[in-house]
Amino acid sequence: MNVAAVAGPDLDTRLRIYRMMLEARRFEERSYQLFLEGLVKGTTHLGIGQEAVAAGFSAAMRADDLTFCTYRGHNHTLLRGAPPGRLMSELLGRSEGVCGGKGGSMHLTWAPTGAMGSYAIVGAHLPIAAGSAWAAVERGTGQVAVCFFGDGATNIGAFHEALNLAVVWDLPVVFVCENNLYMEYTPIGSVTAVERPAADRAAAYGLEGLLVDGNDPDVMYETASDAIALAREGGGPSLIEAITYRHGGHSRADPGTYRPDEEVRQWLARDPIPMYRTRLAGAGASEEQLGGIEQSVEAWIEAAVEEAKAAPEPSLDSIATEVWADGGSRWRN
Amino acid sequence: MAELITYREAVAMALAQEMERDDTVYLIGEDVAAAGGVFKTTPGLLERFGERRVRDTPISEEAIVGAVMGAAMNGLRPVAEIMFSDFLATCWDLIANQIAKTRYMTDGQVALPLVIRTANGGGVRFGAQHSQSLENWAMSVPGLKVVAPSTPRDVIALMAASVRDPDPVIFFEHKGLFASRGEVPDGELVGRLGEASVVRSGSDATILALAAMVPKALQAADELSARGIEATVVDLRCLVPLDTRTILSAVAETGRVFTVEENPRLCGWGAEVVSIIVEEAFYDLDSPVVRITTDHIPLPASDILEDATIPSVTRIVDTVTRSLD
Repeated sequence: MNVAAVAGPDLDTRLRIYRMMLEARRFEERSYQLFLEGLVKGTTHLGIGQEAVAAGFSAAMRADDLTFCTYRGHNHTLLRGAPPGRLMSELLGRSEGVCGGKGGSMHLTWAPTGAMGSYAIVGAHLPIAAGSAWAAVERGTGQVAVCFFGDGATNIGAFHEALNLAVVWDLPVVFVCENNLYMEYTPIGSVTAVERPAADRAAAYGLEGLLVDGNDPDVMYETASDAIALAREGGGPSLIEAITYRHGGHSRADPGTYRPDEEVRQWLARDPIPMYRTRLAGAGASEEQLGGIEQSVEAWIEAAVEEAKAAPEPSLDSIATEVWADGGSRWRN
Repeated sequence: MAELITYREAVAMALAQEMERDDTVYLIGEDVAAAGGVFKTTPGLLERFGERRVRDTPISEEAIVGAVMGAAMNGLRPVAEIMFSDFLATCWDLIANQIAKTRYMTDGQVALPLVIRTANGGGVRFGAQHSQSLENWAMSVPGLKVVAPSTPRDVIALMAASVRDPDPVIFFEHKGLFASRGEVPDGELVGRLGEASVVRSGSDATILALAAMVPKALQAADELSARGIEATVVDLRCLVPLDTRTILSAVAETGRVFTVEENPRLCGWGAEVVSIIVEEAFYDLDSPVVRITTDHIPLPASDILEDATIPSVTRIVDTVTRSLD
């Protein structure tokens, strides 16, 4: 990876990021277990291995900044402040879920803290994020929109339309490509005209091609801080390509066997969480501090799971609510 | 004092009325600002409201619609123009999958007060990709309100209602009506979505029509009157919400119903309306309900061919007369 060493944030911030990554990891692991138990229905797209991107960015964002993510969006929604028990309840389709059971794993939203949605049609949310940034400019709120998407999204039209508009309108939006090397089951390189699907496209929009190590939370935090500050100061959009890897397959049905064993081994050795733990221990974090975080996160996830399991099933009365702003679904008088 | 204006002028008047009232109302689209719109429906708005609130976009329909969606999430009440309704197909993901479903999928966390205006309909010899009547696409997607006015007055009143509505509205402006004239009263004009208008009353038959089919239905009703048949004409104005009360009431009074639809036959709005009539007012009917529609074909460009397939005054008169014989 072609990245200069960064000084990194202060130790408190780093410990916070470590905790965020652990929370995300445990949340995903328990989501998967609950899926195997038949409690999480449908499908799940886990972000295990990609936590450094979500944690680094979430730690760098202002409370009122806006996050837009994809169907692989548990990490982002959680780390932007969605209550974990209600997030897990949503995966279980329960009434206390963040979306009342109407969203599900691929459509998590927690607007109160700026998690403005997980978008499951690839690429659709790039122009939406740009639009929210446009409103931020016009209303003078100083908000920045951060839009996470996968490598596969770089080959869809909405990616290009959104980047062009964001640059032409000078919008405070940060586009973050989480390049996990695979577009679903297919190596991204085999279906993309350029080597770096996002960074190599940046020049087409007059942007700098930023290629960073998506498994290094300090790099992600610094990259996020710079891009967000630029956007907030009126410097317009950024396009960041963060190289990372998902430890599992594309979705719950995919064992990911199309990936060479050696490649998987190398990336597992670069698991961002143990790597970061080692770094923090070397940077002055005590075993007590780190162990304390780990124990606390174990209790935290158990509480979230218990809350979700105990949450009631949705009432059938909720089926036809919230189509319209009046709370209902009537289309005739 | 009432003023006589064109349907085209009414669009700009409506937008100006709402932009003057509410500074969170913005207008974006291809050529809407400096050029005043390719149909000249937005002239003067740039000069009056400035380049921030009236803004040209690239030819990027997904970016346009995505931008208004994101902006509506974050405090604006934006209006997007999609130049031809046919181009809705290029941004249908944003409209049908994203905008329409967001409130429901977030269980009410996210409101999207936005309007997508678009020039719709045929009769102007533009051929199959610039002439479609696509209200039915929008009508079929839960979460979208659908408006299609037929007069300058309704353009203003219903645009105002759409801009003020807390839900997403697809607003179909009919290309064939842009040059038509009508009276509008002085002062602010605000209508209500979901109210049909009984534009003519008669006891022998009810003709249900929308947008450019309304003036044709009215002309047909005049000709029918000369033959001794008195028709009620209902301008639906909105497909969602649908004013079934007014429709069913007209059915009860006349016992005979005809729809006049510019869309191709299959799954036109009339099919839904007729199914409601049959389910709820079957015993009010004196004869089978008849749908008068465009053939189930892409629209041809040739004037001779286009005129022969879109419902005409003559076809309406003949169909009603034959049915009542």
